[in-house]
Amino acid sequence: MTDINQLKYSYSLRLGDNAWILSHRLAEWCSNGPILEEDLALTNLALDLIGRAQGFYKYAAELEGKGKSEDDIAYRRNERQYFNNLIMEMPNGNFADTIARQLYVSVFEYYFFRELKNSKDETFAALAAKTLKEVKYHMAHAADWTIRLGDGTEESHKKMQKALNELWMYTGELFEMNDVDSELMAQGVSVDLSMLKPKWEQHIIDVLKEATLAQPEDIYMQTGSRQGIHTEHLGHILGDMQYLQRAYPDAKW
Amino acid sequence: MVAAKHTKEEIFELLSQIVDPEIPAVTIEEIGMLQDVNITETGCEVIITPTYTGCPAMGIIEADIKALLDEHGIEAKVKLVYDPAWTTDMITDVAKEKMRKYGIAPPVNSSCGNITVAEREIECPQCGSQNTEVVSRFGSTACKALYKCNDCKEPFEYFKCH
Repeated sequence: MTDINQLKYSYSLRLGDNAWILSHRLAEWCSNGPILEEDLALTNLALDLIGRAQGFYKYAAELEGKGKSEDDIAYRRNERQYFNNLIMEMPNGNFADTIARQLYVSVFEYYFFRELKNSKDETFAALAAKTLKEVKYHMAHAADWTIRLGDGTEESHKKMQKALNELWMYTGELFEMNDVDSELMAQGVSVDLSMLKPKWEQHIIDVLKEATLAQPEDIYMQTGSRQGIHTEHLGHILGDMQYLQRAYPDAKW
Repeated sequence: MVAAKHTKEEIFELLSQIVDPEIPAVTIEEIGMLQDVNITETGCEVIITPTYTGCPAMGIIEADIKALLDEHGIEAKVKLVYDPAWTTDMITDVAKEKMRKYGIAPPVNSSCGNITVAEREIECPQCGSQNTEVVSRFGSTACKALYKCNDCKEPFEYFKCH
């Protein structure tokens, strides 16, 4: 791979991993949703994310040029070769935990893909334009529920606040940048994440205000995913997700 | 170069019979998924764009295109593109009317920016009442939302602006 392709490969992999791992988490709600409509909604979100992961993995495989498919990338890597943000792999917990994760992530993605659609890389720009339309619905879904639970009963308010507080430490990492970011930024390919943070924070504050919830206090921010270092949860996800491919390599339906 | 046996128009004509497997009332041409056809030396290349990135119907549509053209002795390659990004603006007015008759409320606005405001007044495809409310933003497929009509009490699906 040329240097620029190597960088784009890393970037595409990171974006694919974020979508792929969160999709797996949301799919775990299938048949476990609090109500039927929500079961459908969460699995619909998962489906959007699978489609997005497919797009970014396909592009990564193309850049790598070794004739791999998107499935090879999804099913034949170990934890340390995954670069998804840690928040994506956090367990679903109760419904409020899932909604808090959705709120933080979808608002971030909204601002992120709004910028990436102006990328000088045509594939990134096209995938971002497509994704942005879907993310708007994810964000509206998460904000609706945050407000409904926050401004709901005493119990739902308490659970929503607790979920927001517990996940806050994983939000700092969303804006972390390394050499891949800075070198691609110089070429107009990637997004300046530091520019997104104030917009993201303001958006979250506005939703929380309407939901009568408090903004979590700034605390220690967990980090690791840019280096492929994960929480213990990712290994369990991969164990579940990759079982078939590992036990019966090249199995076909 | 081998002279093309079929023109681009003829292939378009053939492909215009293929229906969306999830909404069989409309064709892939009417809904805007069929983007282009290029005549190649060996046959043709059909360009399609997915409605949603994760649309599970794409595999079936690709197989339908290949099977139909194969029946006519045309070797087809199907290429999936994301640019231009599909939008509900690509759905023809005829197709929107077919959707309504099929029981799905068609998208009301052009690919709208503010989804929360734009989708409050959706007409019930059964009785035509505007007195409807959203039950869930996500229905049986990613492209539809669940609604209910407060007048005729029927639940229905709404094809979301995208």
